[in-house]
Amino acid sequence: MSEIVKTDVVIIGAGPVGLFAVFELGLYDLKCHLIDILDRPGGQCAELYPEKPIYDIPAWPEISGQGLTDRLMEQIKPFAPQFHFNRMVTRLERQAYGQFHVETDEGEIFEAKVVVIAAGGGSFQPKRPPVPGIEAFEGKSVFYSVRRMEEFRDQDVLIVGGGDSALDWALNLQPITRSLTVVHRRAEFRAAPDSVKKMFELVESGSVRFELGQVSGLKGEDGVLTGATIKSADSEIELPVTRLLPFFGLTMKLGPIADWGLNLHENLIPVSVETFETSQPGIFAIGDINWYPGKLKLILSGFHEAALMTQAAKRIVSPGERVVFQYTTSSTSLQKKLGVN
Amino acid sequence: MTKITFVTFDGVRIDTDAENGSTVMESAIRNAVPGIDAECGGACACATCHVYIADAWKDAAGEPEAMEEDMLDFAYDVRPSSRLSCQIRVSNELDGLVVHVPERQA
Repeated sequence: MSEIVKTDVVIIGAGPVGLFAVFELGLYDLKCHLIDILDRPGGQCAELYPEKPIYDIPAWPEISGQGLTDRLMEQIKPFAPQFHFNRMVTRLERQAYGQFHVETDEGEIFEAKVVVIAAGGGSFQPKRPPVPGIEAFEGKSVFYSVRRMEEFRDQDVLIVGGGDSALDWALNLQPITRSLTVVHRRAEFRAAPDSVKKMFELVESGSVRFELGQVSGLKGEDGVLTGATIKSADSEIELPVTRLLPFFGLTMKLGPIADWGLNLHENLIPVSVETFETSQPGIFAIGDINWYPGKLKLILSGFHEAALMTQAAKRIVSPGERVVFQYTTSSTSLQKKLGVN
Repeated sequence: MTKITFVTFDGVRIDTDAENGSTVMESAIRNAVPGIDAECGGACACATCHVYIADAWKDAAGEPEAMEEDMLDFAYDVRPSSRLSCQIRVSNELDGLVVHVPERQA
């Protein structure tokens, strides 16, 4: 087990609202660690619409999802938040002495006085393709990402998809596999043209097999895959397959949050509108993941919630200390924290 | 107003009045059609407003553009009649359109 990381606040989710919470908490000297399942900050803004314009951020008539993320990252820089990407929080438990332990699927443990859930629509998880019985093979023969390349050595590997993940892994894994087949539903690819060209060179030389179609069935027992059926418009073929890598993008799932003993309302977390605290004292929920009467899933609502949550969080972290409300425009102490004075 | 009928996976028909210029997805959301998630809110970024266009309407609804095809790669159970409903603009030509909702979006 790794060493326990101690901090004031753990923020689950590094989307715009989680990022802005760092700013509000930072003004009150609360140090934050952020954990996100994606490989970069921005949440839905980065994953779903980095290039798409947003029109309802106050004072920004038009800003892209990526632009908003970049500016938030710049704004919170003075508070030196610690980011932990590519991790899912699996457990959240209050310890006997009142602090929380936050555990990730990488086995890390964070100890925090306050936990802020800013998880948006939940965690982004790989989409499962519509193949009957695929669940039984997951983790043994079917993988949605490559964590260890050795898992694929001397295997008959089938990669499904036409994006960068699919083609990059086809090119990287091909040298170590026994056979490698790529299946995609159409002749056009989203992946970088250079990767597509390289893959078709391997197809020409006979090192990679390409099939136009969709996987319609799997064969095998006890999670051990032996074959797959590929269905195209006019034919059906069977291939020997021992490893399947489907790349169908990501979808949002509430995930382990449902197991943390919080009251839920239609997969959302009800909160107090005064403090944005959940049914469990010390655990807050802000942004799209929370619910209260009149809730609107807007980024600006999440920003407001972050500011109010901070007042309550500060009282928990520094009990007995007077919480002084100040403006960044006029407070020299806040300006010092921001590094502008 | 243009009539658009959604047929859910269970076979329930939901008739909606859609405004010209809006999208078929927006009409589904306004009328709480089950099975249309539209996670990204119409940015052609998530493939969770996937529908099947009835054969008779395929020409009127048009062909998906490249970006939509890219997103359809991520949809569940894609067929030749698949479209993303956020990319179909409502117009008089679509009056009476019938779209089928897939079993699930992801």
